[in-house]
Amino acid sequence: MNPRNLGKMLHLVGLLALLAFTLFPFYWMVSSSLKEQTDLLAAPPVWTFVPTLSHYAEIWQDDTVSKALLNSLIVAACTTTLAIALGAPAAYALARFDFRGKKDLWFWFISNRMISPIVLALPVYLMAQSAGLLDTHLVLILIYLSFCLPIVVWICTDQFRSIPPDLEQAARLDHANQWDIFWRIYLPLGLPGIAVSAIFSFIFSWNELLYALVLTRSDVQTAPVIATSYMSGYELPWGKIMATGTVIVLPVTVFALLVSRHMVRGLTMGATK
Amino acid sequence: MAQPASRLSHGRFTPLKFLAPSVLALLAVGIWPTIFALVTSLREYKLTRPRSGFPFVGLDNYQAVLTDATFWETLARTAGFYLTVMPVQLALGLAIALMLHRPGWGAVRSLLRVSLVVPLATTYAVVGLIGRLVFNRDFGVANQFASWLGLPGLDWLGNPHGAFAAIALMDIWQWTPFCALIFLAGLSMVPNEIEEAARLETKSHWALLRHVQLPYLLPGLTAVLILRSADILKLFDMVFTMTRGGPGAATELVSIYIQRVGFRIFDMGTASAQAILLLVLTIMLSRLFIRVFYREIER
Repeated sequence: MNPRNLGKMLHLVGLLALLAFTLFPFYWMVSSSLKEQTDLLAAPPVWTFVPTLSHYAEIWQDDTVSKALLNSLIVAACTTTLAIALGAPAAYALARFDFRGKKDLWFWFISNRMISPIVLALPVYLMAQSAGLLDTHLVLILIYLSFCLPIVVWICTDQFRSIPPDLEQAARLDHANQWDIFWRIYLPLGLPGIAVSAIFSFIFSWNELLYALVLTRSDVQTAPVIATSYMSGYELPWGKIMATGTVIVLPVTVFALLVSRHMVRGLTMGATK
Repeated sequence: MAQPASRLSHGRFTPLKFLAPSVLALLAVGIWPTIFALVTSLREYKLTRPRSGFPFVGLDNYQAVLTDATFWETLARTAGFYLTVMPVQLALGLAIALMLHRPGWGAVRSLLRVSLVVPLATTYAVVGLIGRLVFNRDFGVANQFASWLGLPGLDWLGNPHGAFAAIALMDIWQWTPFCALIFLAGLSMVPNEIEEAARLETKSHWALLRHVQLPYLLPGLTAVLILRSADILKLFDMVFTMTRGGPGAATELVSIYIQRVGFRIFDMGTASAQAILLLVLTIMLSRLFIRVFYREIER
């Protein structure tokens, strides 16, 4: 084989190896969710087996998992809606207006990306306890704004800046007011950016564990909290755990694939494009 | 810099109307709790002893935290975790980026490019659950891989070094794609003509990487180093579900430790002081990040 073909083959082997590495844990989760308990506990693990859907039937038997998924959906959807409603107008102001303190405001929004949830979890727990808000959807929705709002503001500002200012100039000649301009020009034209930021904020809220663990007791436990709750006792129901994991991960994976081109932007607050 | 065309005149209070809702929201959910934590950190606030009435004790909690050997060990362990996972994530991420950048095998490359998103979106708590299964002593697949390589099996999660290695491996799995995607973005910034010309000059991939591509990779590298350090200070979900910080304190990173002090020992005063110190560290990091990346944001 000549060196050029050899290089090409090595490239393919490398790509396939990395593909296996990237997808293996996901594959292992899904395949384990389809194994009978005896196959799950086989040592060494088995790679071929007769698949079963019994664990999926099992997790729908009582309403623990479905209720948790519903809670996650409520919290993630409300947070996302609220973050867009509050964040998009702010993004318009940051994109198109000049005012004092704009830079500091901007940096403040961005630095929220860095803050560790445990810093806010302690005071929010005490505050929610005294306000009687523990174990409510509301407290989770509000605290999730602390990381969803910055991401919406950042991505939408970037998007609104790319809208030609001439459109706004023309609208002003027609005596449109600022709110109309935002509503009729920026929102429709900025829709792609708004959609991307909505998906990010949904994914981050859906995946969150620490706040949910600390701020909920029973009624509004979200899906990640339920998944964690099986982890006690000696013999763990691995099939059930992996089936629950699969139903939690699947929807956000689909969303992430939709925004895969923007993943880096979302995770770095746009520092690299 | 400001371009006149994109600058519009507006009433003095117009920006305020658009900004106020989100600023007020972020003040309410971000700053107000932080002030509350600051006040709590100045009190003796043990939830197990509510009768004592949570008296103010000045800076006692801070003194206790700064002289607490466990707190420093936890920070050192967190730094050690960073220094363990980062070199692997950077090297592997760069290798992936280079392979994705290299022409040929288009379909396989796009498939890999898209699948890189999967680890990044996987719920962190579920990553921890997968880790518990994969690294199980008896029926875990990690030990099967080890046996194929002729290595002895290991009680990963029952052994301090094994547990640390296991959470590091799961973190490497989840976050290497992040480095890879950022490096790939950097590589695609290299103008085609320059890269072609350099390829005619030299056959060495190393020379190409070092002299042509590296300058385009550096901003991404700095972003990764800073953002990952903030993320590892935040890291909680995956480690909590996988090891709860154990065995002993072998995997107790800083966020796990503060959570334990606050919500399992119920010493809110001390935990708040620790959280405030962590916040100071985070603010320093984000100042650094902003200084490096948004310097010319006068727009």
